[in-house]
Amino acid sequence: MPPKCSIPPVNRNRPNNTRPDVLYTIRETLIAFKRAPLLTGLSAAMVGLALFVVGLFGLATHNVRLYLETLAERVEVVAYLRDDARTADIATMQASLTMLPEVLAVDFVTKGEALERAYSELPEFNEILTDLEVNPLPASIEVRLRPGSRTAATADRVAQQAALHPIVEEVQYGQEWVDKLYTLRRMGAVTTTVMGTAFAIVAALIIGTAVRIAIFARREEIKIMQLVGARDSFIHRPFLLEGGVTGALGGAIAVLLTYTTFWSVFNYLFIISWIPWEWAALGMSAGVMFGVMASGYAVRKHLREV
Amino acid sequence: MDVNRWYILTYEADDPNVIKFIHVTKEYDRPEPALSDVSFHLLKGQFSFLTGHSGSGKSTALRLAHMVERPTEGEVRASGFSSLRTSRRDVWKLRRTVGYVFQDFRLLPGRTALENVSFALEVIGSPKNQILSRAQRLLGQVGLAPKAGASVDQLSGGEQQRVAIARALASEPLLLLADEPTGNLDERATRGILDLFWEINALGMAVLMATHDLELLRRHPSARVLELDQGRLVYDSAGTEQPQSTGDGTPQPGSDASPDLGSEPDPTREMNAAEVLDSAGEPEPAQQHET
Repeated sequence: MPPKCSIPPVNRNRPNNTRPDVLYTIRETLIAFKRAPLLTGLSAAMVGLALFVVGLFGLATHNVRLYLETLAERVEVVAYLRDDARTADIATMQASLTMLPEVLAVDFVTKGEALERAYSELPEFNEILTDLEVNPLPASIEVRLRPGSRTAATADRVAQQAALHPIVEEVQYGQEWVDKLYTLRRMGAVTTTVMGTAFAIVAALIIGTAVRIAIFARREEIKIMQLVGARDSFIHRPFLLEGGVTGALGGAIAVLLTYTTFWSVFNYLFIISWIPWEWAALGMSAGVMFGVMASGYAVRKHLREV
Repeated sequence: MDVNRWYILTYEADDPNVIKFIHVTKEYDRPEPALSDVSFHLLKGQFSFLTGHSGSGKSTALRLAHMVERPTEGEVRASGFSSLRTSRRDVWKLRRTVGYVFQDFRLLPGRTALENVSFALEVIGSPKNQILSRAQRLLGQVGLAPKAGASVDQLSGGEQQRVAIARALASEPLLLLADEPTGNLDERATRGILDLFWEINALGMAVLMATHDLELLRRHPSARVLELDQGRLVYDSAGTEQPQSTGDGTPQPGSDASPDLGSEPDPTREMNAAEVLDSAGEPEPAQQHET
C-alpha cells in the first residue's frame, strides 16, 4: 500500500477556473507596452502609415465618387423636336415620358429658350447668333433620370421611348460619356479595394512581427506558464490585447494623418469633402481586428512550436 | 457547464498509480532510441529515484511524464492522463497535477522569490486575495520565508532551487518530477534540497527524482530506485526487473517481492544502483519508508 498519507493525495486544484482574468490580461498588456515602448510605438507608427495609405485611397475614392455623382446628375436624354410639332403632341409626349419609372423630370425647352441658353452659355458666338435672321435651334424635351437610373442602358431605353414619337427629330444622350463615367467609377472602386487589402495585409504583417518579437522577449515566461499549467488561452490573451491595441493605435494614427491631409488640401488646394466617419470607424476596427488576428496567429504558432 | 467533464473523460481517479509507463519507446532522429520498451508503475505517495548515466534516458522519461513530448510507441499515464488520449490543448490539466523541478531552476530573473511563486499561482487562476498569503506559505514550507522579498538573482543555488520547488508545489500536485535538482548545487545545499523533497513526500506527494548522483541513493536507501541504461530499464528496487506489465497496465502495488538485485550484473559496468544500495545496507521495499 502507499505510505501513510496524512493529506489524501487528491488534486484539490481542479481547473474549475475558466473565468477570463480580465485584470491580469490588461495588466500584462500594459507591462508589455511599458517594457518595450519603442517596439510598440514603432509598430503602431508603421501600422498607422500602412493604414494611412488605405485612408488616402478612401479619401480619393470618396471624392471621386462625389464628383462622379454630380456629373451623373447631368446624364439626361434630350429629344430635339421637329419645327412643325404641335403643342398637343408635345404635351402628350411629355405626359407619356413622365410616366416612365426611371424618369425624374421632363422639361420642355422652346426654340426661344434654346437660343437664350446659347447666348449665355456660348458668349463667344453671340455675334453670329445675333446676325441670324431665323432661329436655327430646335425646341427640345429634356428628360432627367432618377438617381440610380443614370446608366447608359436606362438612358438608351428612355431614348428609344422618346424616339417613338413622330414629332421627334433626333435623340441624344451621350452614351460614350456615360459609359466612360461608369468605367471610371468601377476602376476607382477596384483600385481602392486591391490597394486597401494590400496595405491592410502589410499592417497585419507588421503587427504579427511586433508580437513575435514580444513573444520572443517573454519566451522564458511563457515556458514557465506552460510548465505550471497555464491554459493556452490564458497565455494568448495579453498578446491578443497587445495586438489589438497596437492595431487601434495604428488606426488612430492613420485617421489623424488622413484628416490632416484632408484639412491641408481643403484649406490650401481645393475643396474636397471628408470621408464619412463610419469609414474611419470601419478602418479603426479593421486595424484592431487585424492586430488581434495577426498576434493570435503568431502566439498560436509559437505555442505549437515549444 | 461541462467544466469538469475532462475529469470524467481523462482522469482515472481511483488508479493507485501516479505514473505508468507501458512499453514506452521514444525515438529521436538518432539510430538508438532514447527509451526502449520501458515499463514501470509509480504509486501515489511513493518516493523514487530514477538513475543512470547521462544519456541513459532519464530526462526523456520525465519529459514524457510531463507530456512535453509523446512516446513513439506505448503509453504514458501521468496522474491519470494518458498520452494517447490527452490532447495538446488539455495538457495544462496534467501540468496542474504534476510539478516539475529543473536542474537550472528556470526562475524568472529580476523578480523576487515571492513574485516567482505568486506568478505560478496567478497563472493557474488562484483567487486574487489568496495569492500573496499562499505564496508566503509555500516559501515558508521550503524554508525561505525570510528571503521572500529578495530578488532570485541574489539567492544562492540552493535557495533558488527552493523557490523553484515552492513554485512547483503551487498547484498542490500529486506528483513532483525533479530532473537532477541537485546537479548545480554543492554538497550542503544538495543535502538540504534532498531533505526538503523527503519532507514533501511525507505529506503524501509522490516524487520521481532523476539523478546520476548515486550518493543520494545511499543516503535514502528506503526509496525506490529505477535505473536506466541506454534507454532500457535495467533495475527496479521494487522487485520486478523489467516488470512484465501486461498491456492492460494493471498495477501490482503490493508486489514488493524480494528485490531481485542479482540479475545479470554487467561486470564491466561501474557500480550500479543495486550495488550502491547493497553497500549502503539492506534495501527495503520502497513502499515502507516513513519519514
